[in-house]
Order: sequence, then C-alpha cells, then structure tokens
Amino acid sequence: MATNDTVAKGFRFPYALRVERRLGAPKWLPAAVSFGAVIVALIIGGIVIQLGGGQPLKSYQFIVKAAFGSMGVFNDTLVKAAPLILVGLACALTFRMRLWNIGAEGQFYMGAWGASAVVLFPILSADTPRPLMLLAMAVAGFLCGALWGFIPGYLKARLNVNEVVTTLMMNYIATSWVLFWVFGAWSEGGFQMSRVFPKSAWMPRLLDYARQIPFFRGLTLHGGILLGLVAALIVWFVIYRSKWGYEIRLIGDNPRAANYAGINIVRNTVLVMMFSGGLAGLAGMSEISGVVHRLQSAISPGYGFTGIIVAWLAKLNPAAVVLVSILFGGLLLAGREIQPSGVPRMLQGIILFCVIASDVLLRYRVRLERR
Amino acid sequence: MIDWIVILQAGVASGTVLLFASIGEILAERSGVMNLGVEGMMLIGAFFAFKVTVGTGNPWLGLLVAMLAAGVLSLLHAVVTINFQADQVVSGLATNFVGVGLSLVLGEGLSKAGTTALLPHWTVPGLSAIPVLGPIFFTNHSVLVYVGYLLTPAVWYYINRTRPGLHLRAVGEYPSAADALGISVYGLRYAYVFAGGLLAGLAGATISLAISPGWFSELTTAGQGWIAIGLVIFAQWNPWRAMAGAYVFGALRRLILDLQGPTTLLWFANPFRAQSPGFFLQMLPYALTIIILVIGSRAAMRKRMGAPAALGLPYVRGERGK
Repeated sequence: MATNDTVAKGFRFPYALRVERRLGAPKWLPAAVSFGAVIVALIIGGIVIQLGGGQPLKSYQFIVKAAFGSMGVFNDTLVKAAPLILVGLACALTFRMRLWNIGAEGQFYMGAWGASAVVLFPILSADTPRPLMLLAMAVAGFLCGALWGFIPGYLKARLNVNEVVTTLMMNYIATSWVLFWVFGAWSEGGFQMSRVFPKSAWMPRLLDYARQIPFFRGLTLHGGILLGLVAALIVWFVIYRSKWGYEIRLIGDNPRAANYAGINIVRNTVLVMMFSGGLAGLAGMSEISGVVHRLQSAISPGYGFTGIIVAWLAKLNPAAVVLVSILFGGLLLAGREIQPSGVPRMLQGIILFCVIASDVLLRYRVRLERR
Repeated sequence: MIDWIVILQAGVASGTVLLFASIGEILAERSGVMNLGVEGMMLIGAFFAFKVTVGTGNPWLGLLVAMLAAGVLSLLHAVVTINFQADQVVSGLATNFVGVGLSLVLGEGLSKAGTTALLPHWTVPGLSAIPVLGPIFFTNHSVLVYVGYLLTPAVWYYINRTRPGLHLRAVGEYPSAADALGISVYGLRYAYVFAGGLLAGLAGATISLAISPGWFSELTTAGQGWIAIGLVIFAQWNPWRAMAGAYVFGALRRLILDLQGPTTLLWFANPFRAQSPGFFLQMLPYALTIIILVIGSRAAMRKRMGAPAALGLPYVRGERGK
C-alpha cells in the first residue's frame, strides 16, 4: 500500500503513515489486539446506545455489577457460561477446519429434546439412579445434536451443499420440532412447557451440598460447568495433540495439501460436524437438566449464536473459549434486565466486527515515519 | 376449498421480498463478495421503512431511508472484507448480528400495527383481463411487485450484455486479470456490495410497507434473508432463476397459512388443522431450502457450473495465487 502523499503543494505534512506487511508477530500481540478491539467495540456500542436515547455508561456499569458484582450474581454468570463453553467449543472445532457450523442453536435445541425424551417418553423411569439417568440424558443429547450436525455435514461432504445455509435452516426446523412436542404430546395442562423432571434427572448443584458446606447455600451452579471444562480439555487435546486434530488443522489451512497427503476430507467433514453438533447438544442437555428442569420453548437466549462470537474472540483456542464464555455469560445475564432488549445482541455484533477487523493489525504494521 | 389463484397471486406478492434480496446478493456475489448479512440488512430496512413512514406519512421516503440504511450497513461489511481482507463468512455473520441487534434496539416499543400510509396497489388495465395470468400477475399488486418484474430482466441484461456487467463478472471471476485491464477491483466490489445492501433494504421495506405491514421485531423477516441466500445458490447466480424460485417460495408461504384453515381438504379431514402439526408446515420453507440446495448443487456438479471463481477470496494486488 502507498503512502498518503496527496497533500497540497508547498506544505508537506512532516509525518507519513506507512502500512507494511508483518513477517512475524510477537506472541502477546493477538491477545492485546483482541482486547483493544473489544474496548473499541464497547465505545462504538456506547455511542449507539447514546444515540438511541440510552445511557451507555450506566448500562455498562449495570452490566458489570449485575454480572460480577457479588458471589450470587457471579454464580449466575457461571451458570450462563456453562452452555456457552460447550457451544463455543462446538463452533471453534468446525471453524478450525474452515467449516461454518452456525447451526449450534438448533443442535442445542435437539440436544435438549433428546435429553428430555429420556425422561418424558419415558425411556427410563423416574426412580432410575441419578448417575445412570444423567448419563443416559447426556448420551441422548449428544446423539441428537450429532444427528443435527450429521445432516449438513454429509450434504457438505458428499454434495458440496453450502453448510452455512443448511445449518441455519436446521435451526428453524429444530425449534419447530421442539415446539411441536412442547405444545403437543409433552404439554402440561395445555401450557407450552413439559412437566417438571423428576429429581433424578436434575444435574447436581452446589446448593445440594449446602448442608455439608454452608458457603454453597443458594448457589445454583450445576455440573454443566464441569462438563464444559472437561470438554474444553478434550477438544484442546484433540486439536493440538492428536493425529485427528492435525488432520483437521491441515484441512483448515490448506485443503489441497491435505488431499494430496491422503487425508480423507469427506470423512473428516462428517465427523467434525457430528462431534460439533454433539457438543452443542450436550449444552442443551446441561441447560435443561441443570437449570430449567423441564422442556419449554424458550430455553436459549441465543447461546448458539453467541457461541460463534465466543469461538472467534477466543481465536478458536479451547482454553480461551472458557474465559471468553464467562465474560459473555455475564453479558447475557445482565442483558436480560437491560432495556432495550436488543442491546446485548447488537454489542455482540459490534464486538465481532471489531475483532475480525482488528486481525488486519496482526498481518500489517502501521508506522508513523518522518519524511 | 383452497383458491389456487389467490395463493399464486399472494405468492408473487410475498415472493417479491425474496426476489429483491436474492438479486441484491447475486450482484454482490458476482463481484466476488459473499454477504451473509442479508437477514440483518432486511430487518434494518423493514424497521426504517416502517419507522420513517409512521413518522412522516410518506412511504416513498420510508423506502428511500430503508434502502440507504441497509446500504450503509453493507458498507461496513465491504470495509472489513475488501480493505481488511477479513473472512467473508464471519464478517457476514457480524453484519447480521449488528443489523438484527440495531433494529431491535431502535424498534423497541414501536407500534406493531400496520395503520400507516402504505405504498399504492395497482391493477394493470388490459393485462389483468388475461385469464389466469391476469389475476395472478397484474391484479391489485403493490407497485413494488411491478418493480420486481422490471428489475429482473434489467439486471440479467446488465450482467450478461453490457460492458459494466462484463467488468462485474471479471472482478468476480478473475480479479487480477481485471486489475491488469485497469478495472478498479476494490471500487467495483464496494459498488456491488452497496447495491446488494440497497436491494436488501428494499426487500425489508417491501415486507413492512406492502406484504405484511407493520413491525414485528425479529418475526418481520423470520429467516427470509437466509432463504434468499439459499435461492442465490439454487439460481446459480442467474436473476431469472432467482425470480422463479422466489415466487415458488412466496406461494409456499401463503399455502402454509391456507392449509391451516379449512376443515376438509380434498374431501378428507384436514390433517394440518390441529395446532401441533402446524409446526411441521412451518418447517416446510426451511426444509425445502435445504432440498433445493441439494438439487441445485447436484445440477451444478453435473454441468460443472458454479459460483464465481473468486467468490469469498479477498483480493490483494501482487499476491500470488489470487
């Protein structure tokens, strides 16, 4: 790129902005740039809120206080973070292969449906021991999510059908499917929700142990967060330490080279989509078993879509997914009470824009030079 | 009984929404930039069209503001993908989030009812007297439907038969060759992404000012922007095929509403009447989008036709392999 030398004759600005390609970036740079991008995004969002008639500083103060202000609300933030970790990992895994699974929302709903089916059909009776019940629900949730990932994955691998559109369409189909059951066979007294699950289908929560450890009294954090942490560990191992992960990364970086190296792209596409769908399905299971305790239409404030942003902001790194999920869990939590209700969604969009735009700073260096 | 003429007429009307959105996306993608933010841009368009019309009482002004607002949003995508060479998929998703979020923030508490001044409806004298085709295509349609009839051939002619259209295709197929010929790759990509934004805004305005007047937050568009993106692939980037697909989907939307009404269907008890199976009908447009994508991609594989060669790839002058 050229310098800005279109200045009037006679006077020449003594400094010039030079943009040049970076050959290598220091290790701290990506994190610093992402952090800067989020700050810029919050400033832009603040301006928009101000123009929309709101009070940005108060809104932000409120978000911080309502999400991290005390042990009680921080507990709620972690509860929101649990499904986000799983969904964020699901997105990060496929994005690493440059496969765009934006159907995590639908896979989340299918996972919730599958887990509910175990209780509500019922496949297992209510007096099944809790570990067995939870295991069955998790497996059912994972499988239903994986099925929802399999369909677009297969179509992509075999017929080269654009997965962005198919995964998105599958979202709408999944929510209609859940509505069909919630309004129909599983409806409790005509309301749009199922009956409450028996206690054996409830994920253990911290407050269950309040008698032994009084500090836990009132804390609703449930086992889903452990599920998320374990999944993060597994996904990290798969991506960075296993042969399969090496194949995924190679396909993502250079599919032609991967093909020449004899890597089976078709099989990997299907498997990665299934694994990803399964993780999102597990998030759905964790949410209804740990928080809602019944199947209903409104179980997700857009976890599947927030997961996309979480994955991207975490630069597809599983460990970073955990941290970013906690931040965004706070945003979702505070967002429920913030007016107008579109603010969190808009902030998420602006943050995503700033983060991807800031990537250019990792590839180019901007320097101020004396002429 | 179901009146097929009415369904097809309504199909043409509501298909116009998909038509504008897909033609806009065709223009952007032909220049090599995929914009997945159509849904968000449409929602912004629908919101501004309704808001401005309620405020001023002038639907034409609403239409103009809607197009410009969506166009401005598309420019955000243009800056990030063209200048910063960011991934077009992710940037398109971000466009979508911003569009949806912004219209929800601004549209909070906006009156739901469509009691505002609407765009005029016309019946074409003479043509409307043709049996079957007259009532479907030329009777009591919003003026925007007729705009759709004119826009489709115009855009086809522009892309395939004019010099600027040739430049557009060159930029999307082989940007470095176009650059060598002195065509401004960045300039044209900006222009066509903006054009796509304008048309997405028009599509949104078509909803809120003509097809189902009013502001119903996210349900105003209900995923039609994504269906439009699917249609573009099915249409193989050809405006005529997009038109056909758009009207079929429009008719389907109307059919779904009608199927839930009558108690008997072809002398049998209507299986779709009960509330619960209605959800299966609501899945239909989305399932059908997947199906037409499958059909479209099979045809594309057989005929070796496909996307513009440089679709999704940022252009950097002097870089190898681009």
